[in-house]
Amino acid sequence: MLRETLLRTLDDLVGRYGKARENLLPVLQDLQAEFGFLGEETINEVARAFGLSQTEVFSVASFYHFLNTQEKGKYVIRICRTISCDLRDKANVLRALESELGIKMGETTRDKKYSLDYANCMGTCDRGPSMMVNDRLYADLSPSKAVDIIRSYR
Amino acid sequence: MARKLDVVFSDIEPGSALRAALAMTPSDVIGLVSRSKLRGRGGAGFPTGIKWDTARRHEGAEKYIVCNADEGEPGTFKDKNILERQTAKVLEGMAIGAYAIGASEGFIYLRGEYKYLVSDLARKIGEMKSQNLIGPDICHEKGFCFDIHIKLGSGSYVCGEETALLESLESRRGEPRNKPPYPAESGFLGRPTVVNNVETLSFVPHILLNGADWFQQFGTEKSTGSKLFSVSGDCGKPGIYEFEFGITIRELLKEIEADAGTKAVQIGGASGFCACADDFDKPICFEGIPTGGSIIIFNKSRSMFRVLKNFVEFFQEESCGQCVPCREGCSRMLEGIEKFEKGKGSSKTINDLLELSETMSLASKCGFGQSVPNSFRTIASKFKDEILSAGEGELWQS
Amino acid sequence: MAKLTINGAPYEASAGMTILDVCQREGIHIPTLCNHPDLKTQGICRVCVVDVKGSKTLQSACGTPVSDGMEILTTTDRIRKARKTIVELLLANHYTDCTVCPKNLNCELQSLANEFGLTDLRWKERRERTLPQDDTSPVFVRDNNKCVLCQRCVRACDELQGVYAVANLYKGDSTIVGSAFNRPISEVVCINCGQCVAHCPTGALYEKYCIEDVWKAIDDPDKIVVIQTAPAIRAALGEAFDYPPGTRVTGKMVSALRTMGFDNVFDTQFAADLTIMEEGFELLGRLKDALADGGKPSLPMMTSCSPGWIKFQEHFFPEYLPNLSTCKSPQQMFGAVVKSFWARKMNLDPADIVCVSVMPCTAKKFEAARPEMGTDGDQDVDFVLTTRELAVMIKQAGIDLRDMADSAFDDPLGESTGAATIFAATGGVMEAALRTAYEVVTGREVPFKDLDITPVRGLDGVKQAGIALTGVKKEWSFLEGVELKVMVAHGTANAKAVMTALRDGKLDVHFIEIMTCPGGCLGGGGQPLPVSPEKRLARARAIYEEDSESVHRKSHRNPSIARIYDEFFGSPNSHLAHELLHTRYTVRGQY
Ligand SMILES: Cc1cc2nc3c(=O)[nH]c(=O)nc-3n(C[C@H](O)[C@H](O)[C@H](O)COP(=O)(O)O)c2cc1C
Ligand code: SF4
Ligand code: SF4
Ligand code: SF4
Ligand code: FES
Ligand code: FES
Repeated sequence: MLRETLLRTLDDLVGRYGKARENLLPVLQDLQAEFGFLGEETINEVARAFGLSQTEVFSVASFYHFLNTQEKGKYVIRICRTISCDLRDKANVLRALESELGIKMGETTRDKKYSLDYANCMGTCDRGPSMMVNDRLYADLSPSKAVDIIRSYR
Repeated sequence: MARKLDVVFSDIEPGSALRAALAMTPSDVIGLVSRSKLRGRGGAGFPTGIKWDTARRHEGAEKYIVCNADEGEPGTFKDKNILERQTAKVLEGMAIGAYAIGASEGFIYLRGEYKYLVSDLARKIGEMKSQNLIGPDICHEKGFCFDIHIKLGSGSYVCGEETALLESLESRRGEPRNKPPYPAESGFLGRPTVVNNVETLSFVPHILLNGADWFQQFGTEKSTGSKLFSVSGDCGKPGIYEFEFGITIRELLKEIEADAGTKAVQIGGASGFCACADDFDKPICFEGIPTGGSIIIFNKSRSMFRVLKNFVEFFQEESCGQCVPCREGCSRMLEGIEKFEKGKGSSKTINDLLELSETMSLASKCGFGQSVPNSFRTIASKFKDEILSAGEGELWQS
Repeated sequence: MAKLTINGAPYEASAGMTILDVCQREGIHIPTLCNHPDLKTQGICRVCVVDVKGSKTLQSACGTPVSDGMEILTTTDRIRKARKTIVELLLANHYTDCTVCPKNLNCELQSLANEFGLTDLRWKERRERTLPQDDTSPVFVRDNNKCVLCQRCVRACDELQGVYAVANLYKGDSTIVGSAFNRPISEVVCINCGQCVAHCPTGALYEKYCIEDVWKAIDDPDKIVVIQTAPAIRAALGEAFDYPPGTRVTGKMVSALRTMGFDNVFDTQFAADLTIMEEGFELLGRLKDALADGGKPSLPMMTSCSPGWIKFQEHFFPEYLPNLSTCKSPQQMFGAVVKSFWARKMNLDPADIVCVSVMPCTAKKFEAARPEMGTDGDQDVDFVLTTRELAVMIKQAGIDLRDMADSAFDDPLGESTGAATIFAATGGVMEAALRTAYEVVTGREVPFKDLDITPVRGLDGVKQAGIALTGVKKEWSFLEGVELKVMVAHGTANAKAVMTALRDGKLDVHFIEIMTCPGGCLGGGGQPLPVSPEKRLARARAIYEEDSESVHRKSHRNPSIARIYDEFFGSPNSHLAHELLHTRYTVRGQY
């Protein structure tokens, strides 16, 4: 990521939300959406923009499962591991994705394109198994359907 | 036989309930809501009228109303459906609440998983602004201004707990606060704040339009009105249902076409209670088995040990980690449960965990840690054999 | 006013009090861990839970305000069981090596285990040292294997010091206390104040000891080992030997140090008097420049005795570094004097002198090691011991402080004044400076009864005072009619507020005293544990007593100070004084 791009985006966001402490989270969320993760430089610049310590910003970011403080794949695939999807054989979906991508749960493909992660209940329990790819939610998955969906992300 | 209803998803004339509210004084609006005995649908069942009244009475230059759309309890998906299908009604409920307590700003705290709803929500807010139902001088009522902002969560179940939600709204770690003070006294930025569940808010316009008596004719003495249930698991017709409070589990099972082989029903999600066949005639309501709406059905083929382990893993992962009974307790509970898998668990292990449960439910800082033991206690007592023999059998999946 | 009952007995309490407040007032014991009187309530350890009638769950005593009609029980079966289980849970996840832990017998977790009579744990697998220790700070070590996640260090660093170097990271059972990206503390801004260490109930945080180095120096026959003790030590060291807080042990301490084998036992207070001379004349110089010579000196001037504050300023307000007095701190002035003036006087090679100091402060360790604080790689101060380390050394030497007779510091660097003693308390440097500056300018004593400048005393976070200068001497005529406005703050969180106000143009003062730690040095990060507001008050009382009993109470009246200017420096702010007693600062920034 180019430093100028980061600074420009951050500037925009701070302009939009304001510099008050309570606007930190939306700024982090949008930066993550833009750049995929909140790396050191990002945390540092956000801290500067809000006049906070880096530790304070990192402390907030690291609390939230959807904020990545480490680089992840371009597409983060989160499979619901909660009970109703578990009942509906989410394990098979996971296995299919692992073999399609050649990585295990928790890993990122070497080309930094896909990461496989767990998440908890996504609110489509009646139509599980479910997964999210970045912000998009998919339900009614079968192993082959899940693989097709992943393939549509390039 | 409990009645099946269609209140939440029925349409109302946009703005009609708000106009009815504006024709009354704020305290009369609260009086009406109090008389309806509406109780919070987010799980805790706190009387909405009392909450609003507290916020109204508390001094504060700014007050807020927050729609809790963090819906994270395993097996719950009704709030998402309400927000999708009855957006305007929820927003109108918020505006009525704002008028009643004297708030001029509101937030929808939407869980990150539902980010895809943001654009529709924002569009609806815009639409209502153009209809003078949100914004300055609402319905030409001089001085009543109310704006709604959408705030997103970022994948944290505990942020559904109202004080954790407020911390998160303030862009802090979602670590629950000490109560008291309650949010209605000191909430967002220390100002009086009402936090209400999506479903609670969606009932408010109906109460304004039809009256307290109408609402009270449904449900039971202490749990008036109807309730949405999110049904998943082993049944013929999973999905969303609206019944009046007091419906028995058996009645519900019939409606959703669960087969005769139903072994257990988890009511209230991971933090709720597990019911077995002996319980099926018990009513679902605050004075019976309470629930925020999650109903998960397990048939004969399911290992209740596996269910329990899934729940405890969920808790261990989602605990905010600030208080000792919950943080350390969840880990020790999971560790204890894993013993059974390895064939190393015994009745003593169960007893140790029951003692631990006692401390967790009594001494944890917030409702999260306090309710972690619910599923363990009920599953371990009703399906003790399955727990003890967890190391032997095949699980339902390879 | 609320009426309530505790264990059946009636009590009254004012609104805003917590159950814990009332119980403590009434002497009803409630165990606590995460709660600390210096810090905001967090309510997270839950060992203080009590039963409140009408509530299904137990409530934390520290986090629950009292209300009218409350019925509280503090010891029932379910309370005891819950508390005991909590302590067990903590111990089960705690790397336990008490006998070799720096907090042994001084650890609140240990005390809790003792209180509950634990003889066995339900969770038996021993917690190993699975996490690396962080020893990258120049002054302390973090061992998260012993951390109970009480957040006391986190709150101290944020609420008291305004630094926020550490925080809870991650969540759930992965929660850990650390710095951004869970990197070592050396990679973020930390001012080495040690308030985190002083507020930590366990062995998870402890200062870096240099005890062995000091013993080695003492044992080396070729070295002359000189020790200086800061003003705050004499009012606190006794606590480590079971004296009640606020007991002065100056004479006993001097005897103990001599018995331990230090060759010369000197007093940092001598250098404090020297500081007043240098800093007082520096202030007058800047005022002259501004008011008489039309210059643009950096005003308000700020004190520079507290090394945590110096580093704070270098990180957070580097644009105000020119406002800092250029004076070294008393510790460093002392080191410089020992290795120049005193060495020459005694005909010693400075290289043979080992200068040890005892400080209430961990930041002093960092200060002594600054490159600008020495000549040709020989540091002016070689080793810095905290009060706690000194207590350990005294015990190691088999000495009970209580058995020691009183004796006096050695001459000439042991002579000092009451003005130097009060350096230990917030406002003390200001008071000492005013006693001297006022007299220099007007020829009269400060117009306060018994020289006690009470407006700058006390534990308020920020204090302000003014003193009108009238009837000034001829050479100071430009000060006639000027009201000298001063400000005092302690705890760098308060300093941050003051500096922010200054930056926003909201301050109109000439001189600001800032001390890093709550209460000033007497509340330093290296003082005996545990810390509390009551203890700080008691220590302050002792300090002011010692001042009022002193023979000399104004720095410029210290005979040894007069002599050192006569024999060595010439006059305050002379060329030689600048070379040896003044320093420079480094812009560090924050990000
Ligand atoms: C761990 C935990 C999670 C919760 N999650 C939610 C939630 O997702 N949605 C919700 O409305 N209430 C949730 N609650 C309940 C809220 O704390 C609060 O009681 C509720 O939002 C109040 O609204 P109501 O009175 O309208 O139900 C949760 C409570 C706890 C302890
Ligand atoms: S009970 Fe659990 S979620 Fe609630 S404060 Fe304690 S650790 Fe956090
Ligand atoms: S030494 Fe001071 S600044 Fe550094 S972490 Fe501890 S409290 Fe914070
Ligand atoms: S390091 Fe000490 S003070 Fe900080 S959280 Fe851990 S135990 Fe508490
Ligand atoms: S359990 Fe997977 S979406 Fe709810
Ligand atoms: S002392 Fe009250 S919760 Fe820790």
